Amino acid sequence: MSLLEVSNLTIELPASRGPFASPAHTLVNGISFAIEPGEILALVGESGSGKSLTALSILRLLPDALTIIAGSVQLQGEELFALTEKQMNRVRGFRAAMIFQEPQVALNPVQTLEQQIGEVLTLHKGQTGQARRDAVVGLLQEVGIPDPQQRLSWYPHQLSGGQKQRVMIAMALACEPDLLIADEPTTALDVTIQKQILELLNQLRKQRQLGVLLITHDMGVVSEMADHVAVMRHGDILEYRSAVEFFANPQHEYSRQLIHSLPERRFRPSQQQPQALLTVDNLKVWFPQRQGILQRVVGHTKAVDGVSLQIHKGETLALVGESGSGKSTVGRAILALEQATEGDIRFDGQSLQGLSDKQFLPYRKRIQVIFQDPFSSMNPRMTIRQILAEGMTSLGLAGKGEEHEAKLEQLLERVGLEAQHLDRYPHEFSGGQRQRIAIARAIAVEPELIICDEPTSALDVSIRGQVMELLLELQRDMGLSYLFITHDLSIIPHLAHRVAVMKNGVLVEQGLCADVMDAPQHEYTKALLAAAPVL
Amino acid sequence: MEMLMTVKPVLLWSDWLIFLLVLTLILFFINLGKNPVARKRWRSVFASRVGMASFLVIVFYVLIALLDSMHFRYPLDKLEGSDEQHYSQEVNSLLDVVLEDLRGHDEKTYSSPFAIHSFSKENRTLENGQVVRDYPRLEYAGSHLRKHETVGSDVFERSMNALVVGLGIALVLALLIQLLRRLTGKQASAWLPWKTVYLTLGGLILVTVWILQVGGYYHILGTNKVGQDVLFQAIKAVRTGVLIGTLATLITLPIAVILGIAAGYFKGLIDDVVQYIYTTLSSIPGILLIAASVLLIDVYIETHAEQFRLSAERADFQFLALCFILGMTSWTGLCRLLRAETLKVSQLDYVQAARAFGVSHSRIIGKHILPNVTHIVLIALVLDFSGFVLAEAVLSYIGVGVDPSMASWGNMINEARAELSREPVVWWSVSAAFVMMFVLVLAANLFADRVRDAFDPRTVN
Amino acid sequence: MLAYIVRRLLYAIPILIGVNLLTFALFFMVNSPDQMAQAQLGDKHMDPQAIEAWKAQRGYDKPLFINDAEDSDGLLTDTIFFDKSVRLFVLDFGKSDEGRSIAEDIQQRMWPSLAVALPTFVIGLAVNIVFALFVVMFRASLFDTAAMVACVVLMSISGVFYVFAGQFFFARMWNLVPISGYLGGMDAIRFLILPVIIGVIGGIGSGTRLYRTLFLEEANKDYVRTARAKGVPELTVLFRHILPNGLIPILTSVVVVIPSLFMGSLLVESFFGIPGLGSYTLDAIQAQDFAVVRSMVFLGSILYIVGLILTDISYTLVDPRVRLS
Repeated sequence: MSLLEVSNLTIELPASRGPFASPAHTLVNGISFAIEPGEILALVGESGSGKSLTALSILRLLPDALTIIAGSVQLQGEELFALTEKQMNRVRGFRAAMIFQEPQVALNPVQTLEQQIGEVLTLHKGQTGQARRDAVVGLLQEVGIPDPQQRLSWYPHQLSGGQKQRVMIAMALACEPDLLIADEPTTALDVTIQKQILELLNQLRKQRQLGVLLITHDMGVVSEMADHVAVMRHGDILEYRSAVEFFANPQHEYSRQLIHSLPERRFRPSQQQPQALLTVDNLKVWFPQRQGILQRVVGHTKAVDGVSLQIHKGETLALVGESGSGKSTVGRAILALEQATEGDIRFDGQSLQGLSDKQFLPYRKRIQVIFQDPFSSMNPRMTIRQILAEGMTSLGLAGKGEEHEAKLEQLLERVGLEAQHLDRYPHEFSGGQRQRIAIARAIAVEPELIICDEPTSALDVSIRGQVMELLLELQRDMGLSYLFITHDLSIIPHLAHRVAVMKNGVLVEQGLCADVMDAPQHEYTKALLAAAPVL
Repeated sequence: MEMLMTVKPVLLWSDWLIFLLVLTLILFFINLGKNPVARKRWRSVFASRVGMASFLVIVFYVLIALLDSMHFRYPLDKLEGSDEQHYSQEVNSLLDVVLEDLRGHDEKTYSSPFAIHSFSKENRTLENGQVVRDYPRLEYAGSHLRKHETVGSDVFERSMNALVVGLGIALVLALLIQLLRRLTGKQASAWLPWKTVYLTLGGLILVTVWILQVGGYYHILGTNKVGQDVLFQAIKAVRTGVLIGTLATLITLPIAVILGIAAGYFKGLIDDVVQYIYTTLSSIPGILLIAASVLLIDVYIETHAEQFRLSAERADFQFLALCFILGMTSWTGLCRLLRAETLKVSQLDYVQAARAFGVSHSRIIGKHILPNVTHIVLIALVLDFSGFVLAEAVLSYIGVGVDPSMASWGNMINEARAELSREPVVWWSVSAAFVMMFVLVLAANLFADRVRDAFDPRTVN
Repeated sequence: MLAYIVRRLLYAIPILIGVNLLTFALFFMVNSPDQMAQAQLGDKHMDPQAIEAWKAQRGYDKPLFINDAEDSDGLLTDTIFFDKSVRLFVLDFGKSDEGRSIAEDIQQRMWPSLAVALPTFVIGLAVNIVFALFVVMFRASLFDTAAMVACVVLMSISGVFYVFAGQFFFARMWNLVPISGYLGGMDAIRFLILPVIIGVIGGIGSGTRLYRTLFLEEANKDYVRTARAKGVPELTVLFRHILPNGLIPILTSVVVVIPSLFMGSLLVESFFGIPGLGSYTLDAIQAQDFAVVRSMVFLGSILYIVGLILTDISYTLVDPRVRLS
């Protein structure tokens, strides 16, 4: 008997009636899988594949709008769908527990750690008082929270993101469940933290013979953790096999696509005769901290604290760092969207410091930007035509009549879309398509340098490769230079000529890709490289 | 009709404003068709039965207000030996003409709904010279009744009559609409809740026809202290209610939008100044600020009496001043919301992208910020409307509302203080005011609910 | 924390100056004291002497800002602005146009105001929260829909209607309570019942609806799902997780009105004949007693600003995430 046996699970969004009637929509289409004690099954898929719904439906936590129309879920032979709500509450948190993607919001902000973890113990084990406190301390210790005794009375906001996820795990494991459902447990975390959390999970499942259903989209995580893999797309399981077999010989075309979404580790050759395009010299961006009665400036948050770097013509410099490292602020300062406190930025030999909005205008044409989130980077109330034309008009590059029209169509075709898309609105496109439009918008003014601020990290893995290919292609054709801001080390070899690693506002290491990645000098670079999951 | 050809049109300031307002609203709705996102949201408002029905009720009220805003003065008979045409001091409206039967039928004092006798006893000299104290017959109500006819049967007969006529009109209208739909292609408008449309329109038409048919023979809602028809007063008050709601909103809007967006977009000193202004204004208890301002307007009118030749002009000035004051004291809430939302929107990538293209501030505000905060403006607009209508009643009650000569629900309620302590109670005037006001405010609130459901990002998924 | 409060108090000064200037401009510059006297005395062609006498009696005969006639001592102080506006900052309200001391009136009348406003506030808040919780408990059901329709209907009814209906049924028809009036001591309760009930009922519609929205917003957050995944029963989720979080925005948003409770309610007090500050203000408005109206505007602003500061402090008390800086 398996620990968990899901068979023929089918979830649908019921048909809606009324003026905007829509037919029933199947979200999960009769899937089956099983988990043995001590085993990790990775359920892999991209956004909208139905993997999270599957996880929620096991503990019967689906939103009210969705219904399970068929299937069975058996936990140690017991049919969960046949239980009453009251019986189900004896399963949740006791025999099967769950952790979620966003530790920031998954904990109750106004309860202390002791209250939140203790609640499970009281509920299922009837523990109270000192016994409960000792148990909570033990759990916190087990998941690696320092000074657990002191932290009992802490609130979630006093912890870091990684620590919150540890608390979530402690809460889930409090009653020693047999099954743990982990829904993208590391997606919201930085790579170095991700590694620690994954190690913790791995260690716990070995100690406790815990069966784990790991929901993820990250093939790196899968290859490191999973015993079995199930690939999901559009509500179906396409492939379900042991991890070893899966990676050695994927059967389904889509699986191959997912696995190869991680580009090969082949470094780009460095340039022959580098010619400086952008030089950043000792850039500092400080935000004042105010305090006291008169709100005097008592100190500064040093988002960027003395960064120097250079980008050559036709070259890609990758600026790598974790969240809060100040890497995006560097990009914004170059674009004059953020005022530099100190330092010099020179473009093509000209200093950009202290230019007025008007004086900066000629450089706006030459330096452009692509943002991370394709959903917020386009005004939802403008058509693609207006979005593309806006920059050209503003910089006086718009042609007239047919010439302009031809240019717009050509731009869309250049990034792999069709001319007929011009009069549509952003919401009619997928994330990948939108990022293509954002690229078209940037190249419309024929810039020389594009600041790419995590342009692929909001995209599904199978799309990422295509967008990166497009960027490389444009670089070849138009001689573009990129400042590629990213947290994802895996894409760097394929994309960048040189790398600069940033931490807490300063560059800790910079150099040619091959040098930095194969022979890192700085501790932090080493830690980053070690944490990045590889196939 | 002949009379109407020779009248002198009068355009009060508030008339100008209401026409302007209705025109803007119509243009706004035409403009809607251009953006598919906004169109889809509006569709979901009008596709709901509640949204559609409440919209029609509001339109009905606005139509009454419009009719009542077409003012003119009747010509007076020419004096002998003079060619100059003089006009009556009294300002009338088209609504007065439509409701001529209700307007002209003034009794002496109170009478209850459908009564044919006065509310209070009077000395009366009989034909034989004897003086008796009795409830006198009303001059107009039921004066057509023959000896043995009772009020009940007569009203029933006339109501049936009205029902037939009303249903007839409604049927013709429905057929016309159906024809129009067939011509334009039925599919195009299939998403509208047509059953609700027909039912609401039918109901409104029936009520109108019934009032016109029966109102000429009885005082449906009785008469007030000076014998005026209460129903007529309550209908006349529609213009006041609708106008106060819309005009005050109209005044809050530009102030709140300009200051709110400027503060949120430019930040820094501008933000500090705007925040200072609205904190200062909102720290003064609203009702006191309004009361103080209205008192000052009163003083101004009294000391500048020469500027207001017609009493209607005077009342109109005071009314506009009230709307202005209401607007000036109520923009802070919307301003605060807009500031917060602008702060949020201007951090979004598309605004940053526009800045990276060197797009000017005015264009960024016009193209990127404003269209993306309109949902807040819209929701505030419909919510404020009902708030202002209710506020009028309270303000008139405490004596800082509209001119007492102006028909308004607030004034009717104000009089109820004395009426409710009479024995037996005179309840009809105040009830009429409450019911008329309630219907408008309820419709506005329900409509606001639908608009919020459709536009608020927190409820739209 | 202390530095924060001091800073907020300092920030209040420019606001109070703004209020002061605004009211001064409203009362003395839009209309001159001459015009006020004329309007007050009624007759259009009042002889100038009577106007002068009226002004002199109330101290309106001085220059607005600068008194040229005085030497350096009285140059700025012997003016209307100083007398009538600057003195307000030290809570010197002066005399009403009828000649009574405004400060004494306020001291005397704020207690009846509080006696009505405080129970209305507390009971109203409690009732609204309980109703909202009840509705949230049955969310997305027919009961929820019906309750929301009822709320909109209640909101659409004019507040004056509740007063009329309440007086008519409770006082006149059933003779349960006096129609209006007020007595000191324990007798006050008889007179307070009706105004408090009316005040509470008048606020139920909008209050319940607003709080329901706030609770629902919390109910859709991720930590609620976490609680369910822990096996916490639905009712416990509601009371132990949703309620405390939902109470934060509710409590912090109502704190601002607490100091203003002293001011009472214009409407309720005048309808029920309660001799509080609300009816005091209303009488002043109707008698066009500018000195009283001005004082009440200023007092109201001070209380509002105190309310704002209390709001910030209340955040630190109920929300562990907020620390003042």
